[in-house]
Amino acid sequence: MIRLENIHKTYTGGTSLHVLKGINLNIEDGEFLSIMGASGSGKSTLLNILGLLDNYDEGAYYLDDVLIKNLSEIQAADYRNKLIGFVFQSFNLINYKNALENVALPLYYQGIGRRQRNQIALEYLDKMGMKDWATHLPSEMSGGQKQRVAIARALATKPRVILADEPTGALDSKTSVEVMNILQRVNREDGITVIMVTHAPEMAAFTDRTIHIKDGIIDSENDNNKF
Amino acid sequence: MLDILYDIFSSLGKNKLRTFLTGFSMAWGVFMLILLLGCGNGLKNAVTLNFEDRAKNILTMWPGRTTKPYEGLKTGRYIKLDDEAIAIIREMPEVGIIAPVRQVYNTTKTYGAEYVQSGLNGVTPERFKLMKMDIVEGRTLNSMDMAQKRKVILMHKKNARNLFKDQEAIGRYVNINIVPYKVVGIFTDSNDSQSPNDFIPLSTLEMIYPTAYGYSSLTIEINGINSIAACDKFEKELRERLGEELQFDSEDTSAVWIWNSMSDYMQTMNIFNGISMFLWLIGLGTLIAGVVGISNIMLVTVKERTKEFGIRKSLGAKPGNIIRLILSESLAITASFGYFGLLAGILVIEGLAKLFPTPPPDAAENSPSAFVNPEISIWIALGAMAILIIAGLAAAYVPAKKAVEVKPIEALHYE
Repeated sequence: MIRLENIHKTYTGGTSLHVLKGINLNIEDGEFLSIMGASGSGKSTLLNILGLLDNYDEGAYYLDDVLIKNLSEIQAADYRNKLIGFVFQSFNLINYKNALENVALPLYYQGIGRRQRNQIALEYLDKMGMKDWATHLPSEMSGGQKQRVAIARALATKPRVILADEPTGALDSKTSVEVMNILQRVNREDGITVIMVTHAPEMAAFTDRTIHIKDGIIDSENDNNKF
Repeated sequence: MLDILYDIFSSLGKNKLRTFLTGFSMAWGVFMLILLLGCGNGLKNAVTLNFEDRAKNILTMWPGRTTKPYEGLKTGRYIKLDDEAIAIIREMPEVGIIAPVRQVYNTTKTYGAEYVQSGLNGVTPERFKLMKMDIVEGRTLNSMDMAQKRKVILMHKKNARNLFKDQEAIGRYVNINIVPYKVVGIFTDSNDSQSPNDFIPLSTLEMIYPTAYGYSSLTIEINGINSIAACDKFEKELRERLGEELQFDSEDTSAVWIWNSMSDYMQTMNIFNGISMFLWLIGLGTLIAGVVGISNIMLVTVKERTKEFGIRKSLGAKPGNIIRLILSESLAITASFGYFGLLAGILVIEGLAKLFPTPPPDAAENSPSAFVNPEISIWIALGAMAILIIAGLAAAYVPAKKAVEVKPIEALHYE
């Protein structure tokens, strides 16, 4: 599903910062992968590159066997819309739109009509147990509820990959487990590849495989299912 | 389309005060533009109205006395404007109708015991083609009156009232120096005189008051002249031709007095066109201030919403989507509030038009007005609308461009 070959990334601006120093990684279709590492190790940068939110300087990135390099913003937006769903630590819901509108937004950018959009959005909210909250604004919800809406939004376009950047970072431990269970279900039942960045080992334990990044390279990896 | 509208309203509704303030500056700009232009038209209409009772392309000349010697002839000679002069004038290609007038001063007009003392103008029917006349009753003098030397009279309303009081004047006879004239028409104008001149056919007047003098005045229609310079040139050439034939210095303006209503009219119109331009400038300036205000607020708005645009981008919004969103928001503000400004402006102008209506032509007692019937043409209103839309798009373009240029990852991390 995803193949990274010798990915390098340097941030220029003031002092240049060589963040990724040759990442090689294969991620199978339907895999649940976690990326761990200390802050500043480059794990978020890697996720951003995977999500086409940032570009890389060197190497090659194949997403669904397509080389992703020097994409125009229009092409990138198209791939993000069709292949990738994002789940963020801070949820990133649009605060003046209600839950239903937030979930329907990526469908709007696919050009799907209003009625069908709302129907699909409601279906995914229902899946997340948030149907009764459809007309509520994000400010009226708890963190866990917001994250469920965000996951519903990520799933609405039936993406191939879900990219989750510290999805439980802002949640208490009980809610975190709930969210992890949802992500696990999404991975197992819908067969969607899930890649999650986290610094909490107990969250990484929910995934199939964990890679550890240290100073811009993959330091080690372990298969969680072996235990 | 509906979705874009919904998107606009939810985000505008989120910032009601800001939306209102932005919109208000726009509405105010348009309101001022419309008001200024409407009032400018009010001034212009007043002037046009004051010019209304005369054709705009006429020139009137009166005979005078020379004040400069000419080829050995002394000063103080009377210049005679007669049929010979008319023949010379008619040779000029720009000249159309010529209407000569012969005046008899101070006649006594009686009806029964009533009398009025005033002059008589002997005119040809052409007079009525050149200078608009407001006929209250009856008719003007026609070519049959002229050909048959009929003793008919076109009376000023004031004289008719003095002579006939409340009786019907048309068809009655008024005696002027023992000769009876039949009243065929009553006219009115803004003449201030208590006993203005009345009109009889020129041929009749020449028969009853034979004289060796020339005409009292000649009114000439000039065609195909449309600038002050051309006007002046025509006047100069007219003086030269007449001077050669009637033997006076063409520089001697007292020999023949000329009043050129055309250059008068044009000068006044030039002034008012200047005022109009000035008002446009002020109005547009106010409008531009509104646009700059909107642009400024859009910049702030876009910056505030950087993160939102980042989220939208991560969900698959293309640059075009973002630009369309911002442009249509700005357009919604400018167009809707601008429309209110337009409406308010037109309402005020209509109100003023009620207060300063076009006076009836019979308003002889009224002093000439300086402000009449302000109005806004549909084209100006449509033009203002077009400016609004362009302004709305222009105000948002730079902010929209900026929003798109931010990389999605930077936008997402913007706090």
